[in-house]
Amino acid sequence: MKKIRQILFGMTILSIIGGSFTSCKPKKVGSMMAGDAAQKVYIAPGQFDEFYLFTSGGFSGQMGVYGLPSGRLLKNIPVFSQDPTTGWGYTEETKPMLNTSFGFVPWEDSHHPELSKTNGEDDGRWIFINGNNTPRIARIDLTTFRTVDIIELPNAGGNHASPFCTENTEYVVGNSRFSIPLDGEDDVPITTYKENFKGAATFVKVDPKSGEMSVAFQIVVPGFNYDLAHAGKGVSHDWMFFTSYNSEQAHNLLEVNASQNDKDFVMAVNWKKAEELIAQGKGKKIPARYMHNMYDEKTHSATSTEEKEVTVIMAEEMPGLVYYMPCPKSPHGCDVSPDGRYIVASGKLAATIPVFAFEKMLKAIENKAIEGEVSGIPVLKYDQVLAGEVLQTGLGPLHTEFDDKGFAYTSFFVSSEIVKWDVEKRVVVDRAPTYYSIGHLCVPGGDSRKPSGKYVIALNKITKDRYLPTGPELTQSAQLFDISGEKMTLLLDFPTIGEPHYAQAIAADKIAKNSKKFFTIEENNNPFAAKSEAEAKVVRKGNRVDVYMIAIRSHLNPDNIEGIKLGDEVYFHVTNLEQDWDVPHGFAIKGANNSELLIMPGETATLKWVPVRTGMFPFYCTDFCSALHQEMQGYARVSPASANVALKFSGGATAE
Amino acid sequence: MIGAFFFPFWKIMLEAPQYPEGLEMKIWLYKITGDVEKINGLNHYIGMKLIHEDEFPEFKIMPWVLGLLIVSGIMVAIIRKRSLLWVWILFLLVAGGIAFYDFYQWLYDYGHNLDPHAAIIVPGMSYQPPMFGYKQLLNFLAGSFPDSGGYLVIVASLGIVGVAIYEQFYQKAKVIS
Repeated sequence: MKKIRQILFGMTILSIIGGSFTSCKPKKVGSMMAGDAAQKVYIAPGQFDEFYLFTSGGFSGQMGVYGLPSGRLLKNIPVFSQDPTTGWGYTEETKPMLNTSFGFVPWEDSHHPELSKTNGEDDGRWIFINGNNTPRIARIDLTTFRTVDIIELPNAGGNHASPFCTENTEYVVGNSRFSIPLDGEDDVPITTYKENFKGAATFVKVDPKSGEMSVAFQIVVPGFNYDLAHAGKGVSHDWMFFTSYNSEQAHNLLEVNASQNDKDFVMAVNWKKAEELIAQGKGKKIPARYMHNMYDEKTHSATSTEEKEVTVIMAEEMPGLVYYMPCPKSPHGCDVSPDGRYIVASGKLAATIPVFAFEKMLKAIENKAIEGEVSGIPVLKYDQVLAGEVLQTGLGPLHTEFDDKGFAYTSFFVSSEIVKWDVEKRVVVDRAPTYYSIGHLCVPGGDSRKPSGKYVIALNKITKDRYLPTGPELTQSAQLFDISGEKMTLLLDFPTIGEPHYAQAIAADKIAKNSKKFFTIEENNNPFAAKSEAEAKVVRKGNRVDVYMIAIRSHLNPDNIEGIKLGDEVYFHVTNLEQDWDVPHGFAIKGANNSELLIMPGETATLKWVPVRTGMFPFYCTDFCSALHQEMQGYARVSPASANVALKFSGGATAE
Repeated sequence: MIGAFFFPFWKIMLEAPQYPEGLEMKIWLYKITGDVEKINGLNHYIGMKLIHEDEFPEFKIMPWVLGLLIVSGIMVAIIRKRSLLWVWILFLLVAGGIAFYDFYQWLYDYGHNLDPHAAIIVPGMSYQPPMFGYKQLLNFLAGSFPDSGGYLVIVASLGIVGVAIYEQFYQKAKVIS
């Protein structure tokens, strides 16, 4: 009996020891969740959000528009990818927008939205976004929320360090994440990387009035991977900063081979000096081939123009133009404080955040505090340009945005958190976990001179267990934190379309008041517009049939078309005659191999239709427009090529 | 102790923000199971060697050693001689000691013997998982504990030693009194 008691005693001891294994586990940092979070993000029905949030569509190639703080999706703007819902990239009018020197490229990998700026502040006129794959920059007009300008960048591979703009949107920039040889000199062995591969810091001029983009010049720089960029502000107005990695100049297994150097570089470019050099004729015009596509709001049509040359400056030949500042381990983000005095670059494999001081950089240049040269570019001494390092931060710092109280917010991919730190003191003051693996982050106006101190939005790559599962592919997400207090408090999670690499937010009143309601029909200069019922017609020229169609509540005119023959190419030019807000009409025809149309009031859009069989083809309005939307329909009859059916059409407001 | 053949002996757990559900590696007498592939995938960033069953000759020896322990233990039980029991316990402790020392050596080797070309090199940082308990390794919280098989063996061993001590001293005292 005693024995049993003793064994029992022994087992009790063991279980106590066993139990303590689990209880000594370090506690995880829980996220601060505001008790009144629901109230803080609740926008009552009929009320407006305070901010617009523009998120990159990542591999969708588009741009998302959300309201903050509600996280409600307002629009998905078609940019680089075809969108059958609206007909973007399918209509005859918009096809040229997706034209490149490689032909029609109807998709893209878009990363960074950048709001246009005046005096360093977001002005709400345009928003730019880069195409990383086939190097492009798009400009979206924020009165219509439409892509109106896409320019291709020559001599670039992977336009990632883009499209960050200078303080008055003088320029938006681009640069190669995948350095390549200059166009026309690119049929070389890959192993000649070090001699032949170059980066191309591209300065795209933006017309201050019209916004039209043009490639002003390219600075040919050493063949590293240029990752991100930001323009100087105030004191550093004349400079543009790029981060670069792969200073090893590896061309294979970069995962390992580009991670060897202890330091890579922040590249400082004096763009004012570049302008002077160009003015002095120091630039060189070289042949290039790239497209510039413009969308005209009056003709509702795009044109694609081929550009045949570009002005380049060789960085190594122009002393004083470009400097490198050493930066620990493969820097990624490159962010400038609101006063322009500090440049924060983050080594994505590092555990500290180096902060560079602009004034020290100028002094180092003046004092020639140079530790050496890389491919002809002077490298400034690290300790001479450094303001200080933020220590004990986290693991894998990526991007930094700023608030209006002197704090910076840095995202940490590996340790999946946002770290708040004091810009002047460079000490960590708060941290908040994100779910999961944050990439960029966004404070409204956070890369401008006037940031708001209200929110920070985490843009996460992985959501894992945060939402109901949807098979192998899960949503990416954004997370809204309140930063008005000392501690960051989580308010809201919301899913995003595609990967929301970067996002920018702006006070709603800067945009909402300018929002266009409809296009004036009298100003419609589309050559195929039918501006009234009377202009509705069908015209044959050989095997081309043009249907000048109007759409108005609740009919299409013409709505009966006969005499189309197999082998014809039919163009439905549909003009929406409405002159009121929120009355788009749709157009769809059975068996269309491209898309439907969504036509805004006063606009003309054209669907090309090549019937592949004879028969009767109903067409109709796809946007529920009115009480008699279901009646908004018609028929197109397609006869054999040999048939003797005369071209005939009818329709209109009068019944037969 | 026979149970140790049918249950994992030890487990190493990893938790990180991106792995809220945790990753687990279970070490058996003769094999490794669990999220070994995922763990190897992560470890390559810091240049840790791949964890692979074939690397460990122990997996071929350990079942025999434990088998020998069990068989000899049963024989001792049949012979019922106290001195033999102590010899057996000595065997048990030596075997256990060697096993733990060997385990530590492996952990040390994996934690310190890193590829100098690894993508992430944090100066002064090694990644040796704890022998027992929790330890923070970069963004991962690593935990190392016996698993069910291990508990069986440990409880059985402690039980036997306890009984032996009890028999040796308590029973003797009884005789004297």
